[in-house]
Amino acid sequence: MFDNIFGIHESALLLHGQRLSVLANNLANADTPGFKARDIDFAAVLSQTDTDSALPLTVTSPGHLATNAGGAESADLKYRNPYQASLDGNTVEMPVEQAAFSENNVRYQASLGFINGRIAELQFAIAGT
Amino acid sequence: MSLFNVFNISGSALNAQTIRLNTTASNLANAESVSGDAATVYRARHPVFKTMLDDSATDADGMASSAGVRVLGIVESKVPPLMRFDPSNPAANKDGYVYGSNVNPIEEMANMISANRSFATDIEAINTARDLLLKTIAMGH
Repeated sequence: MFDNIFGIHESALLLHGQRLSVLANNLANADTPGFKARDIDFAAVLSQTDTDSALPLTVTSPGHLATNAGGAESADLKYRNPYQASLDGNTVEMPVEQAAFSENNVRYQASLGFINGRIAELQFAIAGT
Repeated sequence: MSLFNVFNISGSALNAQTIRLNTTASNLANAESVSGDAATVYRARHPVFKTMLDDSATDADGMASSAGVRVLGIVESKVPPLMRFDPSNPAANKDGYVYGSNVNPIEEMANMISANRSFATDIEAINTARDLLLKTIAMGH
Protein backbone atom coordinates (compact mmCIF):
# COMPACT_ATOMS: atom_id res chain seq x y z
CA MET A 1 0.00 0.00 0.00
CA PHE A 2 2.69 2.49 0.99
CA ASP A 3 4.75 2.25 -2.20
CA ASN A 4 2.21 4.35 -4.01
CA ILE A 5 0.78 6.70 -1.40
CA PHE A 6 0.67 9.76 -3.62
CA GLY A 7 -0.48 8.05 -6.80
CA ILE A 8 0.02 9.98 -10.02
CA HIS A 9 0.77 13.23 -8.20
CA GLU A 10 4.32 12.19 -7.35
CA SER A 11 5.33 11.82 -11.02
CA ALA A 12 3.22 14.82 -11.97
CA LEU A 13 5.08 17.02 -9.48
CA LEU A 14 8.48 15.92 -10.84
CA LEU A 15 7.35 16.49 -14.39
CA HIS A 16 5.92 19.93 -13.63
CA GLY A 17 9.24 20.84 -12.03
CA GLN A 18 11.05 19.77 -15.20
CA ARG A 19 8.65 21.63 -17.43
CA LEU A 20 9.21 24.76 -15.35
CA SER A 21 12.94 24.73 -16.14
CA VAL A 22 12.28 24.05 -19.85
CA LEU A 23 9.89 27.02 -20.00
CA ALA A 24 12.31 29.19 -17.99
CA ASN A 25 14.93 28.31 -20.59
CA ASN A 26 12.60 29.45 -23.37
CA LEU A 27 12.06 32.75 -21.55
CA ALA A 28 15.81 33.14 -20.97
CA ASN A 29 16.49 32.71 -24.70
CA ALA A 30 13.73 35.06 -25.87
CA ASP A 31 16.35 37.34 -27.49
CA THR A 32 18.76 34.67 -28.79
CA PRO A 33 18.88 34.52 -32.60
CA GLY A 34 18.01 31.11 -34.01
CA PHE A 35 16.78 29.65 -30.72
CA LYS A 36 13.86 27.22 -31.07
CA ALA A 37 11.36 27.14 -28.21
CA ARG A 38 10.80 23.70 -26.69
CA ASP A 39 8.26 22.10 -24.41
CA ILE A 40 7.45 18.76 -22.81
CA ASP A 41 4.49 16.79 -24.17
CA PHE A 42 3.01 16.46 -20.72
CA ALA A 43 0.26 13.90 -21.31
CA ALA A 44 2.54 11.61 -23.35
CA VAL A 45 5.35 11.59 -20.77
CA LEU A 46 3.00 11.19 -17.82
CA SER A 47 1.30 8.20 -19.46
CA GLN A 48 4.74 6.54 -19.77
CA THR A 49 5.28 6.92 -16.05
CA ASP A 50 1.83 5.63 -15.15
CA THR A 51 2.61 2.18 -13.79
CA ASP A 52 -1.00 1.01 -14.16
CA SER A 53 -0.92 1.23 -17.94
CA ALA A 54 2.59 -0.11 -18.48
CA LEU A 55 3.81 -3.19 -16.61
CA PRO A 56 7.14 -2.50 -14.86
CA LEU A 57 9.99 -5.02 -15.06
CA THR A 58 10.44 -7.00 -11.88
CA VAL A 59 13.80 -6.51 -10.18
CA THR A 60 14.84 -9.71 -8.40
CA SER A 61 18.59 -9.21 -8.14
CA PRO A 62 20.79 -6.19 -7.37
CA GLY A 63 22.38 -6.59 -10.83
CA HIS A 64 19.08 -5.93 -12.56
CA LEU A 65 18.41 -2.50 -13.93
CA ALA A 66 15.22 -0.92 -12.70
CA THR A 67 12.89 0.58 -15.28
CA ASN A 68 12.70 4.30 -15.30
CA ALA A 69 9.72 5.37 -13.21
CA GLY A 70 10.53 9.01 -12.45
CA GLY A 71 10.03 10.30 -15.96
CA ALA A 72 13.20 12.34 -15.47
CA GLU A 73 15.25 10.92 -18.34
CA SER A 74 12.37 10.02 -20.60
CA ALA A 75 10.94 13.52 -20.79
CA ASP A 76 10.96 14.10 -24.54
CA LEU A 77 11.50 17.68 -25.50
CA LYS A 78 9.47 18.74 -28.52
CA TYR A 79 9.88 21.90 -30.57
CA ARG A 80 7.04 24.35 -30.34
CA ASN A 81 5.14 25.30 -33.50
CA PRO A 82 5.31 29.09 -33.59
CA TYR A 83 2.40 31.22 -34.76
CA GLN A 84 4.90 33.47 -36.48
CA ALA A 85 8.66 33.02 -36.14
CA SER A 86 10.96 36.03 -35.92
CA LEU A 87 13.19 36.98 -38.85
CA ASP A 88 16.26 35.94 -36.85
CA GLY A 89 14.91 32.37 -36.54
CA ASN A 90 13.83 32.68 -32.91
CA THR A 91 10.53 30.90 -32.19
CA VAL A 92 9.97 32.11 -28.62
CA GLU A 93 6.65 33.93 -28.39
CA MET A 94 6.56 35.75 -25.09
CA PRO A 95 2.79 35.64 -24.45
CA VAL A 96 2.61 31.92 -25.26
CA GLU A 97 5.55 31.11 -23.00
CA GLN A 98 4.29 33.29 -20.16
CA ALA A 99 0.84 31.69 -20.34
CA ALA A 100 2.38 28.19 -20.32
CA PHE A 101 4.64 29.20 -17.45
CA SER A 102 1.83 30.43 -15.21
CA GLU A 103 -0.36 27.46 -16.15
CA ASN A 104 2.45 25.10 -15.15
CA ASN A 105 2.87 27.05 -11.92
CA VAL A 106 -0.78 26.50 -10.98
CA ARG A 107 -0.62 22.80 -11.90
CA TYR A 108 2.50 22.33 -9.80
CA GLN A 109 0.75 23.87 -6.81
CA ALA A 110 -2.31 21.71 -7.45
CA SER A 111 -0.17 18.53 -7.39
CA LEU A 112 1.50 19.80 -4.23
CA GLY A 113 -1.94 20.42 -2.72
CA PHE A 114 -3.04 16.84 -3.45
CA ILE A 115 0.14 15.48 -1.86
CA ASN A 116 -0.29 17.70 1.20
CA GLY A 117 -3.89 16.52 1.53
CA ARG A 118 -2.78 12.90 1.42
CA ILE A 119 -0.15 13.54 4.09
CA ALA A 120 -2.73 15.23 6.32
CA GLU A 121 -5.10 12.29 5.76
CA LEU A 122 -2.44 9.76 6.78
CA GLN A 123 -1.40 11.80 9.80
CA PHE A 124 -5.03 11.91 10.87
CA ALA A 125 -5.29 8.13 10.45
CA ILE A 126 -2.11 7.57 12.50
CA ALA A 127 -2.82 10.03 15.31
CA GLY A 128 -6.57 9.56 15.35
CA THR A 129 -7.25 13.19 16.23
CA MET B 1 16.15 18.71 -8.72
CA SER B 2 15.13 20.54 -11.85
CA LEU B 3 13.53 23.47 -10.05
CA PHE B 4 17.00 24.61 -8.97
CA ASN B 5 18.01 24.77 -12.65
CA VAL B 6 15.67 27.72 -13.05
CA PHE B 7 18.00 29.84 -10.91
CA ASN B 8 20.96 29.06 -13.19
CA ILE B 9 18.99 29.44 -16.41
CA SER B 10 17.25 32.70 -15.52
CA GLY B 11 20.37 33.96 -13.75
CA SER B 12 22.40 33.57 -16.95
CA ALA B 13 19.67 35.46 -18.82
CA LEU B 14 19.77 38.29 -16.25
CA ASN B 15 23.52 38.53 -16.77
CA ALA B 16 23.15 38.60 -20.57
CA GLN B 17 20.44 41.27 -20.44
CA THR B 18 22.60 43.36 -18.09
CA ILE B 19 25.45 43.28 -20.60
CA ARG B 20 22.99 44.31 -23.32
CA LEU B 21 21.76 47.19 -21.16
CA ASN B 22 25.38 48.24 -20.52
CA THR B 23 26.24 48.38 -24.22
CA THR B 24 23.03 50.36 -24.85
CA ALA B 25 24.00 52.86 -22.13
CA SER B 26 27.48 53.14 -23.63
CA ASN B 27 26.04 53.67 -27.12
CA LEU B 28 23.59 56.35 -25.98
CA ALA B 29 26.30 58.13 -23.96
CA ASN B 30 28.55 58.24 -27.03
CA ALA B 31 25.83 59.04 -29.57
CA GLU B 32 27.14 62.57 -30.00
CA SER B 33 30.88 61.91 -29.79
CA VAL B 34 32.92 63.04 -32.80
CA SER B 35 36.39 62.45 -34.15
CA GLY B 36 38.52 63.89 -36.93
CA ASP B 37 39.39 60.39 -38.13
CA ALA B 38 36.86 57.81 -39.39
CA ALA B 39 38.96 54.99 -37.91
CA THR B 40 38.84 56.22 -34.30
CA VAL B 41 35.26 57.42 -34.04
CA TYR B 42 32.94 55.56 -31.64
CA ARG B 43 30.91 52.80 -33.27
CA ALA B 44 27.73 51.30 -31.81
CA ARG B 45 28.36 48.05 -29.93
CA HIS B 46 25.92 45.17 -29.66
CA PRO B 47 26.18 41.89 -27.76
CA VAL B 48 25.61 38.57 -29.56
CA PHE B 49 23.53 36.07 -27.56
CA LYS B 50 24.04 32.33 -27.79
CA THR B 51 22.19 29.45 -26.17
CA MET B 52 24.28 27.64 -23.58
CA LEU B 53 24.21 23.90 -24.18
CA ASP B 54 24.54 21.50 -21.30
CA ASP B 55 26.20 18.46 -22.93
CA SER B 56 26.01 16.40 -19.75
CA ALA B 57 22.20 16.37 -19.93
CA THR B 58 20.89 14.94 -23.18
CA ASP B 59 17.38 13.65 -23.72
CA ALA B 60 16.23 10.43 -25.35
CA ASP B 61 17.04 11.67 -28.88
CA GLY B 62 20.57 12.70 -27.88
CA MET B 63 19.55 16.34 -28.13
CA ALA B 64 21.45 18.48 -25.66
CA SER B 65 19.04 20.24 -23.36
CA SER B 66 20.01 23.87 -23.30
CA ALA B 67 20.58 25.62 -20.02
CA GLY B 68 20.48 29.37 -20.26
CA VAL B 69 22.07 31.97 -22.45
CA ARG B 70 25.49 33.59 -22.67
CA VAL B 71 27.08 36.50 -24.48
CA LEU B 72 29.26 35.15 -27.28
CA GLY B 73 30.93 38.50 -27.85
CA ILE B 74 30.32 42.15 -28.60
CA VAL B 75 30.38 43.32 -32.20
CA GLU B 76 30.80 46.86 -33.52
CA SER B 77 28.27 48.18 -36.00
CA LYS B 78 29.47 48.23 -39.63
CA VAL B 79 27.36 51.28 -40.56
CA PRO B 80 29.73 53.99 -41.93
CA PRO B 81 30.13 56.98 -39.55
CA LEU B 82 28.47 60.23 -40.50
CA MET B 83 30.84 62.78 -42.03
CA ARG B 84 29.88 66.43 -41.75
CA PHE B 85 31.51 69.79 -42.49
CA ASP B 86 32.20 71.59 -39.19
CA PRO B 87 35.46 73.58 -39.42
CA SER B 88 34.90 75.31 -36.04
CA ASN B 89 34.96 71.98 -34.23
CA PRO B 90 38.32 71.47 -32.48
CA ALA B 91 38.25 67.80 -33.52
CA ALA B 92 37.89 68.65 -37.24
CA ASN B 93 40.55 67.34 -39.63
CA LYS B 94 42.57 69.58 -41.95
CA ASP B 95 39.75 69.76 -44.50
CA GLY B 96 37.26 70.85 -41.81
CA TYR B 97 35.31 67.57 -41.55
CA VAL B 98 34.35 65.67 -38.39
CA TYR B 99 33.06 62.11 -38.16
CA GLY B 100 30.08 61.45 -35.90
CA SER B 101 29.37 58.07 -34.27
CA ASN B 102 27.06 55.66 -36.11
CA VAL B 103 24.80 55.13 -33.08
CA ASN B 104 21.10 55.11 -33.95
CA PRO B 105 19.39 56.46 -30.78
CA ILE B 106 15.95 55.16 -31.78
CA GLU B 107 17.29 51.65 -32.26
CA GLU B 108 19.08 51.91 -28.92
CA MET B 109 15.91 53.01 -27.09
CA ALA B 110 14.00 50.07 -28.57
CA ASN B 111 16.84 47.77 -27.49
CA MET B 112 16.73 49.22 -24.00
CA ILE B 113 12.99 48.61 -23.64
CA SER B 114 13.36 45.05 -24.95
CA ALA B 115 16.20 44.31 -22.50
CA ASN B 116 14.12 45.78 -19.67
CA ARG B 117 11.12 43.56 -20.51
CA SER B 118 13.22 40.42 -20.77
CA PHE B 119 14.95 41.22 -17.48
CA ALA B 120 11.58 41.61 -15.73
CA THR B 121 10.35 38.30 -17.19
CA ASP B 122 13.42 36.43 -15.96
CA ILE B 123 13.06 37.94 -12.48
CA GLU B 124 9.45 36.73 -12.50
CA ALA B 125 10.58 33.20 -13.44
CA ILE B 126 13.07 33.19 -10.55
CA ASN B 127 10.43 34.42 -8.09
CA THR B 128 8.01 31.71 -9.24
CA ALA B 129 10.62 28.98 -8.89
CA ARG B 130 11.53 30.26 -5.42
CA ASP B 131 7.89 30.26 -4.30
CA LEU B 132 7.36 26.73 -5.59
CA LEU B 133 10.55 25.47 -3.93
CA LEU B 134 9.61 27.02 -0.58
CA LYS B 135 6.16 25.42 -0.83
CA THR B 136 7.75 22.08 -1.69
CA ILE B 137 10.10 22.32 1.27
CA ALA B 138 7.10 23.00 3.53
CA MET B 139 5.36 19.86 2.22
CA GLY B 140 3.38 18.08 4.93
CA HIS B 141 3.26 21.01 7.35
